[in-house]
Amino acid sequence: MLDFSIQRKIEDLHARYCHALDDDRLEEWPDFFIENGVYRIATAENEARGLPLPVLSCDSRAMMRDRIQSLRHANIYEPQRYRHMVSSVLIKEIDKTRVESVANFLVIRIMQDGGTTTFASGKYLDRIVLTPEPKYEERVVVCDSRRFDTLLAIPL
Amino acid sequence: MRAWPAEGATRVPYWVYQDPEVYEREQSRIWRGRTWNYLCLEAELPEPQSFVTTFVGDMPVVVSRSPDNVLHAFENRCAHRGALICMQPRGKTERFACIYHNWTYDHAGNLTSVAFRRGIAGKGGMSADANPEANAPRKLRIATLNGLVFGTLSAEVPALEDYIGPEVLPRMKRVLRKPLKVLGAYTQVLPCNWKLYMDNVKDSYHASLLHLFFTRFRINRLTQAGGVFVSADGAHHCAYTRMVEDKGDAYEKDGMRSAGTENKFSLEKPEILQQVDELGDAVSIQIASLFPGFVLQQIRNSLAARQVVPKGTDRTELHWTLFGFADDDEAMTRRRLLQSNLVGPAGYISMEDGVATDFVRRGVLGAPDRASFIEMGGSAVATSESRITETAVRGLWQAWRSHMDL
Repeated sequence: MLDFSIQRKIEDLHARYCHALDDDRLEEWPDFFIENGVYRIATAENEARGLPLPVLSCDSRAMMRDRIQSLRHANIYEPQRYRHMVSSVLIKEIDKTRVESVANFLVIRIMQDGGTTTFASGKYLDRIVLTPEPKYEERVVVCDSRRFDTLLAIPL
Repeated sequence: MRAWPAEGATRVPYWVYQDPEVYEREQSRIWRGRTWNYLCLEAELPEPQSFVTTFVGDMPVVVSRSPDNVLHAFENRCAHRGALICMQPRGKTERFACIYHNWTYDHAGNLTSVAFRRGIAGKGGMSADANPEANAPRKLRIATLNGLVFGTLSAEVPALEDYIGPEVLPRMKRVLRKPLKVLGAYTQVLPCNWKLYMDNVKDSYHASLLHLFFTRFRINRLTQAGGVFVSADGAHHCAYTRMVEDKGDAYEKDGMRSAGTENKFSLEKPEILQQVDELGDAVSIQIASLFPGFVLQQIRNSLAARQVVPKGTDRTELHWTLFGFADDDEAMTRRRLLQSNLVGPAGYISMEDGVATDFVRRGVLGAPDRASFIEMGGSAVATSESRITETAVRGLWQAWRSHMDL
């Protein structure tokens, strides 16, 4: 049986991650990962076919910072916000310092004119280091659908 | 049908994107007419009895490889009531069976059996002279081009390579030089008419103005060499850009050069842009398009087939399939996957396309009888050494009008 305090720490990490994205504190996003942390958005279809293509991928915090810098200063897109819902968090111990986590997510996208749609659903497959504080070593975002509306600018 | 503006090739009236009658006419005259349509990669049908489902315009299509290893494509519509014959996106099967009444088809789309055709115990069934085979799904002519599979319902359209023509064909073969390997696929939904996407693709003028990623990070120089090829009928195009310098150190040199300027922005991980000149001609970006709805992309080492699938007057699906070569080593595959960050719905240099075309859709809602003003590079439809031109956009409309008889 997993120590309840670990479960709580992981759910707290997931919650802080979502609030940072939903509150447009994108500059904080890389800091949820370790320095060489991996972030990858995949689709369930590609995963099932054994195909490696990501929709978006970063292999380090530096690459995540590049992504955010580009979103802030280069890429042009209509103002939009996400609202993340994360649930059904299952955690498995890898060793004394790391755990695996699986969680469902639903992301609602809100456009500036108020248009609100279900933008993405799927699951987070995470490897998390616990010390000195919980951070993602790897976060794979497996989207249920292969279809993305217009663009995917803000990370999921 | 409405009349085209008197200015001709330099104007595109906005009703072309809005009118449901135009959309219907396009289905019969263009998609199901005298055009070749991209269906899939041969690599998606690796062995006998494999199949994929796709679209030609609105029409659902099955592409399959028969047990004797021949490619076929046929309409995904049962001869009986019109239901889809095949509902899976891809797979392998001994035969196709419509789920509704279990009529079955072979890999060429031939109707091979009708359930209870002669009834049971002498009762029921069809009369002996009934001929449901005459209502069978239509078969497409198939042609392949270096691993790409195309189909057409037209008996008259010229052979695929003649259809593409000598201006664009060598540019496609330049990329497709070895057997391909699929890396993955996804769909980008564009909230606009399919032609807004195609004229965006053919618009070499917008690239450095809309997509600020390269310019913001000082990766490209404005003086880069390149050009645009347009087929004689205007239908197909290819635009390309050469690497700033060859030998793979181009962007380091560029970085040094701009180091003294007020370069506020730089990438911490510029590896995402490191290109290996695998095609040996120092071209960093090449976008080729075939009328009506196919794009072949080489952006550095990121290769992709993009299929345009119209879904009504103001919605389009872009089906992306990214690929490499079958003999890619691990480093090359990793490079292609890293560079896939440049393209697709989250692509550094492609995410804006769906936004810009949506803005046009919304901007012209009250102006069906007004028109775009397309005079960059004059009024000609021709190959150009400059990319500050809309020659390929005018070519698209020249071809479109010819097919539509408008």
